[in-house]
Amino acid sequence: MSAESATQDASLIELRELTIRFGPQTVLSGINLSVKKGETIAIIGESGCGKTVLLKTIIRLIRPTEGNVFFDGRNLGQTNEKELTTQRMRFGFVFQSAALFDSMTVFQNIAFPLQQHQIRDRAEIRHTVLKRISEVGLPESVLEKKPAELSGGMRKRVGLARALAMKPEVILYDEPTTGLDPIMSDVINALIIRTRSHHPVTSIVITHDMRTARKVADRIVMLYPFSRLKSGEDQILFDGPPNAIDQTKDQRVTQFINGEAGARLKEMAIDD
Amino acid sequence: MEIAEQTAEKKRHLVGPMRWFTDSGAVVIDWVTAVGGVSFFTMRTISWLVSRLPQKDTLLPNFYQVGVRSLPVVALTGTFIGMVLAVQSYAQFAHIGLQTRLGGVINMSLVTELGPVLAGTMLAGRVGSAMAAELGTMRVTEQIDALSSMGANPIHYLVVPRLLACLCLIPALTVVANFMGVIGSAFYSIFILDIDAFYYWHNSRSIVGLYDLFSGIFKSLFFGFAIAILGCYRGFHCDPGAEGVGRAATAAFVHAFVVIIVLDLFLGIFLIGLHKAIWPAGGQLF
Repeated sequence: MSAESATQDASLIELRELTIRFGPQTVLSGINLSVKKGETIAIIGESGCGKTVLLKTIIRLIRPTEGNVFFDGRNLGQTNEKELTTQRMRFGFVFQSAALFDSMTVFQNIAFPLQQHQIRDRAEIRHTVLKRISEVGLPESVLEKKPAELSGGMRKRVGLARALAMKPEVILYDEPTTGLDPIMSDVINALIIRTRSHHPVTSIVITHDMRTARKVADRIVMLYPFSRLKSGEDQILFDGPPNAIDQTKDQRVTQFINGEAGARLKEMAIDD
Repeated sequence: MEIAEQTAEKKRHLVGPMRWFTDSGAVVIDWVTAVGGVSFFTMRTISWLVSRLPQKDTLLPNFYQVGVRSLPVVALTGTFIGMVLAVQSYAQFAHIGLQTRLGGVINMSLVTELGPVLAGTMLAGRVGSAMAAELGTMRVTEQIDALSSMGANPIHYLVVPRLLACLCLIPALTVVANFMGVIGSAFYSIFILDIDAFYYWHNSRSIVGLYDLFSGIFKSLFFGFAIAILGCYRGFHCDPGAEGVGRAATAAFVHAFVVIIVLDLFLGIFLIGLHKAIWPAGGQLF
């Protein structure tokens, strides 16, 4: 067995030496990360450090400049469009803004992935949609509403219901609690945990909410903005279990988890 | 420091002619990149168009938007263009006593040039910019990413139905613009300018042939193609934010309008050449 396949046996998702540049700007550089089947990892880091870019690269919504993404042993960079589509159907993606199709009703939004999977039986589609909407704690009355008629929390929950529609093997959450009040944030956290207990899924949660990270994750990975790194430094500052992050000696990690902006305010010269 | 960052840093220190030279080079590179981008986008759209037709529920709303919703504005502008042509041409033709020839000249202009260009311009303004704004909003609100993440191809799902709607319905809109223009000019010439109806229609019939009507409709297909491709391309490559969406909508119209005018010239030359090749003695299709 080659070294490559041995690594893939252990990991469902593996990023190798991943580098992403947009024009002259480097967002991610030399990222190595592996996610085991059934694991829930939280990727934390300040705004603009490349968390969302990393998540979108996993399902190849963004092509890496260098490096590879392996999913279930396949190098997604070497798959054709049809194969990539098949692999993408194994993922559910909860977008930061929910990304619901605003020309469709809630029902049509949740039914969309089912129709993409060639499910044509209307009764089956209706049954699945009703099941998913109840799983995220929303009443049936929202099904005929348009996304614009829903609150932020409801939209996020509909986005989660849509991501769950096809019972994906992997769910990618992009800042699921951003912009929500503390109660609704906790509802979303509980839904993430409940989803994991109901369906055997692997989850990657992008967040800068430490409460969410600690509550839902088996493992926390902290990214740091590439532009602020010194030469030769790794962009991943921390990779370990949630209880170990409080013991870390790296000041940049402790400042982030405690929400201390002291050094940054000095750099910005607005502390006077 | 990365190579790209070093290049950007060096550029900042350039002055005078060198700065002008690098800026001009950047404009050329941007232009070539954009042409390459549109070409690649067109090829992907055509490959999806021939490989799998979209479902009825994605086609019908686009057909309604492009055809039914554009009909009143195309009909209204067609009517008034016909009347305006009658107003503007009458004095010159009356001066040399050829006012009864007005019908032939106006209707010839309408079916070969103004009908298709008017339908194309109205479609570019009403539909092309709306496509760019709608798809641009979908891009900035991650709806296009959401489509991809669920295994739907955004080109197949969003672009192909819009292209088909424009391709199928622009000939019909051109016919409406032609018809309403002919009615408008006839109404003004016969009832307001008091030109003899028999000679007006007789001269129209003897000057305007079926090939002229075909020329206009043939050109409109190219206009429809350009409007849909440019509108969708601008939407797909929209910059973030409200300003980006606004700029995409404006660019979609401006680029489509320029392309319509340029295509009109070259297609006009081609069609006249084709007519001469088929009928060297100046015959007609009927």
